[in-house]
Amino acid sequence: MSEKHHIIPVWFFVGVLFLAYGVLVFASGLTRWSADAASRNAQSDILAHLHAPVWWGALLIVLGAVYCTAFRPGRNKA
Amino acid sequence: MTAILGMLAAQEHLVRLSAVDLAIVIFYFALVLGIGFYLKRFATTGEDFFLAGREMTAWVAGLAFVSANLGSLELLGWAGNAYQYGILAAHWYWIGAIPAMVFLGLVMMPFYYISKTHSVPGYLQLRYGPAASGLSAVTFAFMTILMSGVNMYAMAVVMKVVLGWDINFSMWVSSLTVGVYVAAGGLFSAIFNEVLQFFLIWFGALLIPILGLIETGGWKGMVARIQQNFPSQDFTHMWGPMHSFSSNPMGIHWTGIVFGLAAVQSMGYWTTDFLVVQRVLSAKDIRSAKMAPIIGSFFKMAVPLIVILPGLLGLAVLPMHLVPGSQAGPGQHSYDEVLPLMLVRYCGPGLLGLGVTALVAGFMAGMAGNVSAFATVWTYDIYRPFIKKNAPDKHYVSMGRWCTIIGLFVSIGTAYLAMRFASLMDYVQALFGFFIAPLFGTVLLGMVWKRVTRAAGFWGLLSGTITSITLFSLMKSDPRWVAIFALSPEAKGLAQAMYQSLWSCLTCVVVTMLVSLVTKPRPDEELRGLVYSLTDVAKEEHASLFHKPALWGMIALAILVILQIIFW
Repeated sequence: MSEKHHIIPVWFFVGVLFLAYGVLVFASGLTRWSADAASRNAQSDILAHLHAPVWWGALLIVLGAVYCTAFRPGRNKA
Repeated sequence: MTAILGMLAAQEHLVRLSAVDLAIVIFYFALVLGIGFYLKRFATTGEDFFLAGREMTAWVAGLAFVSANLGSLELLGWAGNAYQYGILAAHWYWIGAIPAMVFLGLVMMPFYYISKTHSVPGYLQLRYGPAASGLSAVTFAFMTILMSGVNMYAMAVVMKVVLGWDINFSMWVSSLTVGVYVAAGGLFSAIFNEVLQFFLIWFGALLIPILGLIETGGWKGMVARIQQNFPSQDFTHMWGPMHSFSSNPMGIHWTGIVFGLAAVQSMGYWTTDFLVVQRVLSAKDIRSAKMAPIIGSFFKMAVPLIVILPGLLGLAVLPMHLVPGSQAGPGQHSYDEVLPLMLVRYCGPGLLGLGVTALVAGFMAGMAGNVSAFATVWTYDIYRPFIKKNAPDKHYVSMGRWCTIIGLFVSIGTAYLAMRFASLMDYVQALFGFFIAPLFGTVLLGMVWKRVTRAAGFWGLLSGTITSITLFSLMKSDPRWVAIFALSPEAKGLAQAMYQSLWSCLTCVVVTMLVSLVTKPRPDEELRGLVYSLTDVAKEEHASLFHKPALWGMIALAILVILQIIFW
């Protein structure tokens, strides 16, 4: 990012965001998946049976892990 | 705390956020504030604070360039326009953006960059002197603050509709957060958070079109449902319905899109609006500055996926018909609410928090862009030349920080004013037409024709702006003027704005040329680095083919043509 200032690359922060959100979304998706159908909210979203939060959360975790590793502070990448 | 929770819970709303959704929203606010405070230590000089040290890579500058434009108004307003006008709204992302971005990168950026200007009014100062620069700076500052207020209002309305949050609470909390992180880290902070927001917006909103297309059975299924719901209108073709004013929902002829939007308004916005140009000026070298808008153009081309497509899907699947904001009664929803309605339709706990945070991030990106650009133009183009010259650099940095906070409070004030306007996007299009279209004429003529004089620059800009305001006022006050200036009584608000831009830019160009012919030109020595024929633009002879901005610009234009053919 910066040769003059040695700032942590913005991509690292993107990775942190993805990772944190991936964990939260994935966990909430898994919780919902395992819950009893009768206990689901009456205003359940359309296509809930696809369990999009699980797959989307997993994708975010993978992307977050890649970004955090590749651009972690000290690796001196732009 | 109890009072705040009470304020959040007391309103009627579509959905209630779960604990995980709230955690996602709170984490986002904590992260952007943390980044702002982290970057504060690096924003010590004027160049650091106002231009992010001019050390951003092409990718970072390019993403910030697009993200600064991707405010809540953009997301909500254009999704609403897609519901109202169909796929015609995609013109504002494709022919109404891509050629202008490529033009900025390949033609105009070298002048901005070589002249080492800090802003677009700064270029006018060098090319035309203080009169044209002052006029541009004042109108830009005015427009920026109004835009910021409109963005803020758009975001607060979403929070109210979706979550039942109090409008005042949403506006104050989000805008104060933006104010703190921009005042701390300046453009460094704004750009970092814009890049972050760019990814968040994409990953928060992308599931809507994916799940929407699954529900409708793909594009063909969606088109079939739209035709079933709205049998008399064509919402899914871009050029076919524009052979006459009455054959499309927008009431626009193809000449309005080609000449009003593509040739004038989009060129004006993407090449002279300092809000977006400032991001590119932060690039570390001229090749990065040329590449940044071209990189941005590829992402811009993809934005209809998360903005236009949800609007079209809304036409296909929503059980209710949305109405204009001014006509929305109890239990009805306005066009601008289509994106949050689709979000609620498909996203449960977790994803809902992600989507809501994406909308908040959109607001913050837009506002950070406006506030940081306002601080720069006020400090460098109004305060320094007209109020306090030759102060130490630290003084101007301090002024920039104070300006950020003051601009924030003025924006909040304008947000309350914006509540009175029925259609958000019509309002903004009118603003663009007032200032941006004539400014494009002034800047472009200054770059390509050395004969243009200082007086011509000022009078051309002023006459174009006055023309624009006059046309807008006439068309709003008496619909008969619409048939004259917008060429048809069928022209709706957006169509009127396109022709308004065209006439104001033409007025600016004609007046500039006429005044130039009767006033004394500046000597060539004073115009080196400012005018095309007198500037040695660095060639990238040493760069490989794949690193040449021109190649990627041509690829972007080729994809644009293919998209037009596919959706013709």
